[in-house]
This record gives sequence, structure tokens and C-alpha cells, in this order.
Amino acid sequence: MWEALIQPFAEFGFMRRAMLGCIAISAGATPVGVFLMLRRMSLTGDAMAHAILPGAAVGYLVAGLSLGAMTVGGLVAGMAVALLSGFVTRVTALREDASLAAFYLISLSLGVLIVSTRGSNIDLMHVLFGTVLALDDSALILLCSITSLTLIALALLFRPLVLECADPQFLRTVSGLSAVTHFTFLALVVINLVSGFHALGTLMAVGIMIVPAAAARFWAVSIGGLILVAVAIAIVASGCGLLVSYHFGLPSGPAIILAAGLAYGLSLTLGPVGSLAAPVLPRRNVEA
Amino acid sequence: MTYAVAFRELTLGYDRHPAVRRVDGEVADGSLTAIVGPNGAGKSTLLRGVTGDLRPLAGHVDFGTCTRNEIAYLPQQSDIDRSFPITVVDLVAVGLWSEIGGFFGLRAAHRAQVDDAISAVGLTGFESRPIGSLSGGQIQRALFARLLLQDARLVLLDEPFLAIDAKTMIDLLGVVRRWHGEGRTVITVLHDVETVRAYFPETLILARDLVAHGPTAEVLTAANQFRARQMCEACVGPPHDCGRDAL
Repeated sequence: MWEALIQPFAEFGFMRRAMLGCIAISAGATPVGVFLMLRRMSLTGDAMAHAILPGAAVGYLVAGLSLGAMTVGGLVAGMAVALLSGFVTRVTALREDASLAAFYLISLSLGVLIVSTRGSNIDLMHVLFGTVLALDDSALILLCSITSLTLIALALLFRPLVLECADPQFLRTVSGLSAVTHFTFLALVVINLVSGFHALGTLMAVGIMIVPAAAARFWAVSIGGLILVAVAIAIVASGCGLLVSYHFGLPSGPAIILAAGLAYGLSLTLGPVGSLAAPVLPRRNVEA
Repeated sequence: MTYAVAFRELTLGYDRHPAVRRVDGEVADGSLTAIVGPNGAGKSTLLRGVTGDLRPLAGHVDFGTCTRNEIAYLPQQSDIDRSFPITVVDLVAVGLWSEIGGFFGLRAAHRAQVDDAISAVGLTGFESRPIGSLSGGQIQRALFARLLLQDARLVLLDEPFLAIDAKTMIDLLGVVRRWHGEGRTVITVLHDVETVRAYFPETLILARDLVAHGPTAEVLTAANQFRARQMCEACVGPPHDCGRDAL
């Protein structure tokens, strides 16, 4: 048992670094995912994840596999798509889902085109699937910094963000923070996706954001509870995914998200709040 | 007579189509005014003009004894996400926003204020209920509790008694009277003429243009109501001109 669960981490530095990276992403991206889910924007996360690709690709073209260049590129592309689709929704008849879909698809195809004209297939695989087992010091520092920044921003903006989700009209009447909150939140989504794509790749980054949040919905009722459960699920799934990937030689990103998917399946079936089994479980006192 | 808010040749609309045209008038400080009129008469639009949510196409809104920051506004169809996991206390307590802002926590004194407001609308015992478990009437009570905490000089209510039971309506009318007794100015959009006659000393009748404004007994006559209906029916423009009931 010890050999299977602990030894890979005890023995190999790259496993410890991968685990640290995953913990950082789980602690930062998952709370953002909880808010995305509560705002019914789960699929927006997916769209934004695709939208950051061309920025990362341009960063790669300019500076090779440089962490800084790809991060800045991803940030710029993600924010540009978020702002442009918001702008189009406001000034034209197109609804937000359609305008976001159009922009992210354009962005994604541009990104694939840029990567494939200059890079090898290996580079494309790196961008799409990430390299959690090869995180170096600077990547770890970046992931941890993004997580710290996210947690500070969420703490400062918690009340306006909750109001922006639950009763946006009221927030607009009592405070000028509505727009600031909305765009800060979008920025948090983008930087966490960028953080996630260094480790898990653009395709999987959104998984660690949304799947644990969706699973947590079956365990907790309050926002704080949802965040705690979601982060715990994300961290456990990361550990399990890394171990499975180590023992069976599987790609680590998908293994982590599949482990989270398993947690989602269990929650969906057995969780105490609104799951399939909830009607037959002994009733908790949720009256108060 | 001092006024809380005044309309000066005020024209409001959507996509440059006026929904309220050249309305002139003053709402006296501390008055309790009902705005009535047919569907599509621009009643809600007028309130949105006062809150600043909608910019005038022409004319302007003057504030006398209060400022735009001293308004509490309850829209007709609030876009509250009732599935969002917050409790009655969470929903009500943000009424103290001007004191606690976006970051600071509730002190004991604030907590007592929140409890008082919840008790004033008859929701004691529901404090830690999630808002998703409340009925429409209970949500409206909670929103009134939040308005109480906002402690505003000018209270704007848009059809606050739609689709709620008679008991809740009577209780909430009690809250409206309390505000009136405290010298606050209250402007309420209503469609039930009997309620207006019984509870609202002042009435403003709107049919895109101002039909009449003054003491309810003088203004809310059959002739004025008929005229308002005719004026709105006479408006045969496209739906966005006249038929937007939920403006």
C-alpha cells in the first residue's frame, strides 16, 4: 500500500512538484469554478479555455516554450475574447452565448493554425495536454502566485461577487462595483485557465475548474461549503490521477480529470444533497 | 412646498423610441404617491428614469430634498437567482451596504438591525432559510426588509404586490405606511385602483404623457382613467412604443 501510494512521491521529485502544482491549481481554480457553476457559466469556462490558445501560441512563436511569453499571450487572448464578446452582446442583437461561441471558435482555430505552422506535433501536444510531470521552479512559482492572487481577489470581492451572481440589479443600484466585479471575475477565470494550461493543457485546464465544483453541489449547500468540498475533491483527484498516471504510464492531465470525474459520478449517485440517492437517504435537517 | 424629486419635460425611452413623453411635475417631500396607468403607459420606465438606470432622451430629473444616492428601488421583476445558495439573512443584510460596503462584516449592532427588519416584515424564524425555499410572498417580505435597512429618503416600488397573497399585501402596506409616517417619500407603481384609493394620498396618472397628478380623491376619477386608456390606445405605433408592459 505504502509503495503504491506514497513511494512515487517520496522517491521522485517530479511527482512532488506535480502534486504541488496540482494543489496550487486546485486551491485557485476550483473556487473560481464554483462561482462559474453558480452563475450558470460552466460552459463559458470551456469556451474561455479554448480562447486562450492563440495567445499562448503567439507567445510560443515569439519566445519558444517560454513560460512568461505564453502566459502573457494567453492572458491577452482570453481577456480580448471575453471583452469583445461582452461588447458585441451590448451593442448588437446577438446574445452572449452566440457571440462568445463565435469568438472562441475563431480564436481556437487561429491558435491551432499558428501552432501547426511553426511547431512540431510535440509542441502542439504540450499546449493541448500540458506537462504536469515537467513543472520547473519558475512554473511552480507562477502557479502558486496565480493561486495567491486569486484567493486574495476572491476574499476582497466576495460580497460583491455573490451579489453580482444572486441579485445583479441590486448591486448596480447600491454600488459602482458591478462592472469591476464582473471583469475582475473574468480576469480570474482567464489567469486560472492559463495557470491550469501550463500543467494540464488547454483542453484539461477547465476540467479541474468545473468538475470538482459540479461534484461539490451534491455535498454542500452554502458557498463556503461548496468551495471547501470542491477544493478537497480537486486535490484528492489530482493525487489519484498522478498515481494512476505513474503506475500505468498514462497521460497525467486526463488521468487527473477522470479521477475528478469519478468523484463526480460518486457524488451524483450518493451525495446527500439532490443526488440520485438523496430521496432514499435519511433526511438531514435542512429546514433551518 | 419642497419636493423630493421633480420631472422637468422628462422624456424617456428605449432605442430612441419614447416610452414617457415630456412629463412635468414635482413629487412633494414626504409624500406617498401612486403611479397608475394602462399597460405600456411608461410607469416602470419613469421609475427607471429616477434611479438613473435609464438616461433621459430629453429633459431631466431634479432632486430636491434627497440625492440619487438616497434612493431604495424595488424593481417589478427582480432578477434574483433564487437557486443561489444564500440565506434570508444574507439577502436582507446587504441592505446595510452603505454602512458595511463590499467588504466589512456585520457588527452586533448591525445584526440587531437586520433582526429588527426581518421581524418587521414577519419573517422571524426564517433567517437561516435558503432563499430558494421561500414562496413568492416571503421573498417579497425579505426584499421589503432589505429596503427597510437601506434607510432611504426616497423609496421606489414597482408593482410590489403582484402575485402575492392578501395577508402579505396588507403587512407590506403597513411597512409602506411606516415609511410615510417617518417622513420618507414613497413612489409606488400600482394597478389596483382600490388599493390606491385606500392607502395612497397622492396619485400620478400616466399614459406615456402625464394625464393628471395630485390628491388621489381629485385625480383618480373615472374620466381621467378613461382618458388615460384612450391615450394609450391611440398610440398605434410598433409594440416597442406602447405595448411594452414590463418596461
